[in-house]
Amino acid sequence: MTLADPAVAVTGAEPFDAAITTSGLSMRFRGGQLAVDAIDLAVPPGSVYGFLGPNGSGKTTTIRMLLGLVHPTGGSFRLLGTDSRDGLDSVLSRVGALVEGPAFYPFLSGRQNLARCDAADPTADLVTASSRIDRALDQVGLLAAADKRYRAYSLGMKQRLGIAAGLLRPRDLMVLDEPTNGLDPQGTREIRSLVKQIAADGTTVFVSSHLLAEVDQICSHVGVMSVGKLVFQGTLAELRSRGEPRILVTTADPAGAAAVLAALGLADVSAADGQVSAVLGGQAPEKVNAELVHGGVPVSGLAMVRPSLEDLFVELTGEGFNVNG
Amino acid sequence: MSTASADQISLGRPATSAAPLRHWLRLFRSEIRIIFLRPRNLALLSLLAVAPIFLGIVLKISTPPPGAGDGGGPGVFVGQIADNGVFLSLFTIYVLLPVVVPLAVAVVSGDSIAGEAGLGTLRTLLTVPAGRVRLLLTKYVSIVVFCLAAYALIAVIALVMGALLFPIGPVTLLSGNAVPLASGLARLALIVLYVVAGLAALGAIGLALSTLTQHAIAVMATILVIVIVSQILDAVSQVAAIHPYLPTHFWFSFDAFLRMPIAWSQVLHGLGSFAAWAAISCAVAIVRIRRADVTC
Repeated sequence: MTLADPAVAVTGAEPFDAAITTSGLSMRFRGGQLAVDAIDLAVPPGSVYGFLGPNGSGKTTTIRMLLGLVHPTGGSFRLLGTDSRDGLDSVLSRVGALVEGPAFYPFLSGRQNLARCDAADPTADLVTASSRIDRALDQVGLLAAADKRYRAYSLGMKQRLGIAAGLLRPRDLMVLDEPTNGLDPQGTREIRSLVKQIAADGTTVFVSSHLLAEVDQICSHVGVMSVGKLVFQGTLAELRSRGEPRILVTTADPAGAAAVLAALGLADVSAADGQVSAVLGGQAPEKVNAELVHGGVPVSGLAMVRPSLEDLFVELTGEGFNVNG
Repeated sequence: MSTASADQISLGRPATSAAPLRHWLRLFRSEIRIIFLRPRNLALLSLLAVAPIFLGIVLKISTPPPGAGDGGGPGVFVGQIADNGVFLSLFTIYVLLPVVVPLAVAVVSGDSIAGEAGLGTLRTLLTVPAGRVRLLLTKYVSIVVFCLAAYALIAVIALVMGALLFPIGPVTLLSGNAVPLASGLARLALIVLYVVAGLAALGAIGLALSTLTQHAIAVMATILVIVIVSQILDAVSQVAAIHPYLPTHFWFSFDAFLRMPIAWSQVLHGLGSFAAWAAISCAVAIVRIRRADVTC
């Protein structure tokens, strides 16, 4: 992965080469468990970076370190060009964050909660506070419910308020930890379009998720975590290209088809349910088709399939404990 | 951030560092709002407000004979209430000091850091970023303001009740001298400030405890245990050597303000003890919050 040219900061701060870079970033819990094992993240400016991994793979712990909530036990990182060891307070005001679900005061309204967040910001502009708060509420579609108590919000509204807190001022980076966790399809779509909108405004988005469809639709780059290690990092296209295309033949004569494919030298030939598949390798699909017809195999369907993102993900992170029985 | 230029869009204009005080005041106001809008705290304050009303009515119904309770303790005040309503205020302050008001302080200081951690709002505030030490110190000032509000509320309501139910006039001090009403009220105000200083020290202990856990209830229980154990030890003469070091030892020294002249050396002893407890506790809290990993 190559880093893009230094991004001009949305906030008007110094340009930075990378939104996030980590080197050997590690976190060992007091119990001795290595939750994050020397990861080297590189999040290019302007990207929508999907941070993937099963639950418990260290995503949230990594995000907590990046936001200065917990102290790394090893390694270091740079956030928008600022070294973590120089203190993060000055740079965090350029970072919007939603960590492990939204957390607000249940007895305050949405607007009061945002006012609370803004009041805590030592560099926020006092004069524009109320207009910025209304604008953020408007962006996430909560203006109508602004004076309702947070307690009465639905889960989707709570998540959106969490994102609104990140939108109180222009940010160079948004860090969203599982923003669609627990949402219905409608809520998920809302968040997805919000993320696209934030990215379109020039903000780098670092979004953790375990929902692959989501990543597929919004991310330009991905990093995959598995038991504390970063097992893949690159563009979405690079991840996809890892999967070898297979040819899938639907036929009434699976045995014949399998024989032809094997004769062509295709690897991993397998037959099931009237379908035969094999790794295509360097073969052209039309040549395979011609050979099948030539071999007298009745072909009722021929397709080239790439492994789904889910297949690639599972290949990287391992099967769940009960998938294979 | 220092490169902010005039052509930046106004919504994102980073404030210059010229106004840190205004930003701090804004956070402080927000903190005060959180304390005084929290339904539980409002219930506590109502309870404190009802106490002098209740005590006033009870004492009106069963008026103790003048001169009763000359032996000392709260009786000193009770005996004088029938003659002078101002003493209802002193009596209420005295009665609520051992447990009831410390409970309110325990609740607010438990909420301060531990409660925010438990609710998850601590991570929201820290990622803003509010600044760890800045947030902590703002919270401490707010706790002190809450203590002051609680005791001012008690004193004022007790004064109103005292004026409604009993005669009001020149105040006879413990030393036997009578001072004019205005002077008596000024001494009452000093007593409120002194007691609040004692509670502020307790609030600092609560703040330090609050940085150690994410369970506000644990902080509240621990503070109450500290307050009660401290008062029990204070009553055991065999451990008299440690009495001056107990956090509650000087709480009841406010009778110094009811002497003629005011026993300032006693007052200063008390304030010194409160300041020491507050300083040590705040130092622990600062060290702790700077290092703490916020994992909830």
